[in-house]
Amino acid sequence: MIAFLLRRIATFLATLAIASVVIFAALELLPGDPAQIMLGIDAPPDALEALQKKLGVDRPVVERYFTWIGGLVVGDMGESFTYVMPVSDLIMTRLGVTLPLALLAALISVVIGVPVGLYAAANHKTPRDYGVMIFGQLGIAIPNFWFAILLVLVFSIYLGWFPAGGFPGWDAGFWPAIKALILPAFSLAIVEAAIFARISRSAVLDVLREDFVRTARAKGLSRKSTLVKHVLRNAMIPIITICGLELSSLLVGTIVIEQVFNIPGLGRLVFQSLTQLDLMVVKNLIMLLVALVVFINLVVDLLYAVIDPRLKHQGH
Amino acid sequence: MSTFLKNARMHRSLMIGGVLTLLLLSVAVLSLFWTPWSPTAIDIANKLKGPSAKHWLGTDHLGRDVLSMLMSGSQISIIVGFLAVSVGLLVGVALGALASTYRGWVEELIMRMSDFSIAFPIIITAVLLTAILGPGTVNSILAIGIFNIPIFARITRGAANAAWAREYVMAAQTCGKGRLRITIEHVLPNISGALIVQATILFAVAILAEAALSFLGLGTQPPEPSWGKMLNNAQTFVGLAPHLAIFPGLAIALSVMGLNLIGDGLRDVLDPKLARAR
Repeated sequence: MIAFLLRRIATFLATLAIASVVIFAALELLPGDPAQIMLGIDAPPDALEALQKKLGVDRPVVERYFTWIGGLVVGDMGESFTYVMPVSDLIMTRLGVTLPLALLAALISVVIGVPVGLYAAANHKTPRDYGVMIFGQLGIAIPNFWFAILLVLVFSIYLGWFPAGGFPGWDAGFWPAIKALILPAFSLAIVEAAIFARISRSAVLDVLREDFVRTARAKGLSRKSTLVKHVLRNAMIPIITICGLELSSLLVGTIVIEQVFNIPGLGRLVFQSLTQLDLMVVKNLIMLLVALVVFINLVVDLLYAVIDPRLKHQGH
Repeated sequence: MSTFLKNARMHRSLMIGGVLTLLLLSVAVLSLFWTPWSPTAIDIANKLKGPSAKHWLGTDHLGRDVLSMLMSGSQISIIVGFLAVSVGLLVGVALGALASTYRGWVEELIMRMSDFSIAFPIIITAVLLTAILGPGTVNSILAIGIFNIPIFARITRGAANAAWAREYVMAAQTCGKGRLRITIEHVLPNISGALIVQATILFAVAILAEAALSFLGLGTQPPEPSWGKMLNNAQTFVGLAPHLAIFPGLAIALSVMGLNLIGDGLRDVLDPKLARAR
């Protein structure tokens, strides 16, 4: 177990190291002087020189890379030149919106998807099962940003139940803030719910074919209690894995959905800094998103090993 | 082959998927020669009109014909999907085949590389590319293509490793054929089924991703019509003209569903053992 843990963590760190080099190199490849790009062609020379100095353009590449990484390790991401504040503060504020949104979406998708999948499996090869499969096909084919627009059309414009966009901030109180996140969370959740339903269905169907299920039925256990006591517990392993993996795709999905609903989270920040060419923010933000995705995968791997002890002894 | 056709005809999802995909392809081909109106012709006097006899699916905020834009937009979806899947297929299959042919450190290196790629989801790669190259269709193709490479590499390596244990490969080895030659002549043809299934499903993923990227303004740029871009414009006017939001979304969903159904159906037909289990 210790060896497994250490190997996974080493892979995690190596992945982050390579990713940081890729991101740094990609943005270094930008033709021309980054300070000039950020400030525009007709920038006053003294402002240009000041920014050049701040970015350290005059220093060698390797030194700049390690300055960046050294800063990251102690939480210093430099300063955003458009927002005139530390990038880390900027990101923390935005994370306070994006993270709740992603978690709310994850909650909704699990609460809808898993029971629906179980329901389909319990009614295998009946019209109810086919109904769920059609829902699953629809769910994975519908773009989440389109679903978002449709939700706005129905629940904001026609019914007026929820705001069509924007975010009042957590200072405005818990309920108004959550209310602004409900439609975005549902737009994100529907696709994931469809995926969960499909995965849960096939996970349960797989377990249903196992010998111990037949034994349970043979010893006189009812269909229902076999399903609850034996099948569900065993089907949870693949379901939990997918939940973890989907959490990272939800996080990335917020980039699109925040754009639709005008929510000031990390996703909006990506595009704002991209259009304003605030490269300091772009670089650190991409690094953070990549780190989050890789971290979630690490946690899933470790959880998987805890749940399924057989894995600890295998190579992968 | 005749059983294949018989299975295919009987298979409902394959049939529905086939019809939807054929429709998508014919619309794209037709739009090369003919659209009801020019997809870029602006007619402000007739803006935001609902569906009518003149404009079957209505007009957008610049008075452009929605049906014509949808028809031309299908070209971008197909081109991006095709090229992105091709990039993934060519590079990914080559890497996966190399890994399975030479095993050892080659396999280890290639597989660790494909683990690494999980760190770069499509949108993040596209953002990075946009910061470097500026927005454009090429970004979509590259971002989606790069995303596809490790998927194909893993599938190829898994299926190829299984094929290496089969009798026909052993027979070829006994004949003294080299490992690379066996991979090309025997292994790859035998795993093509799995690759075709994966390519179909990733084509669907590519259409979705292209729409998302052009919706975000990272991909295809106006005036080139694209479904994602149309939805982006539609968002502003959704209260006034809901048809603008409904039709492009339907086009995306139906195209994606068509390809997904073909993928699912092909998997069932090519692998009947799995089909029974489902």
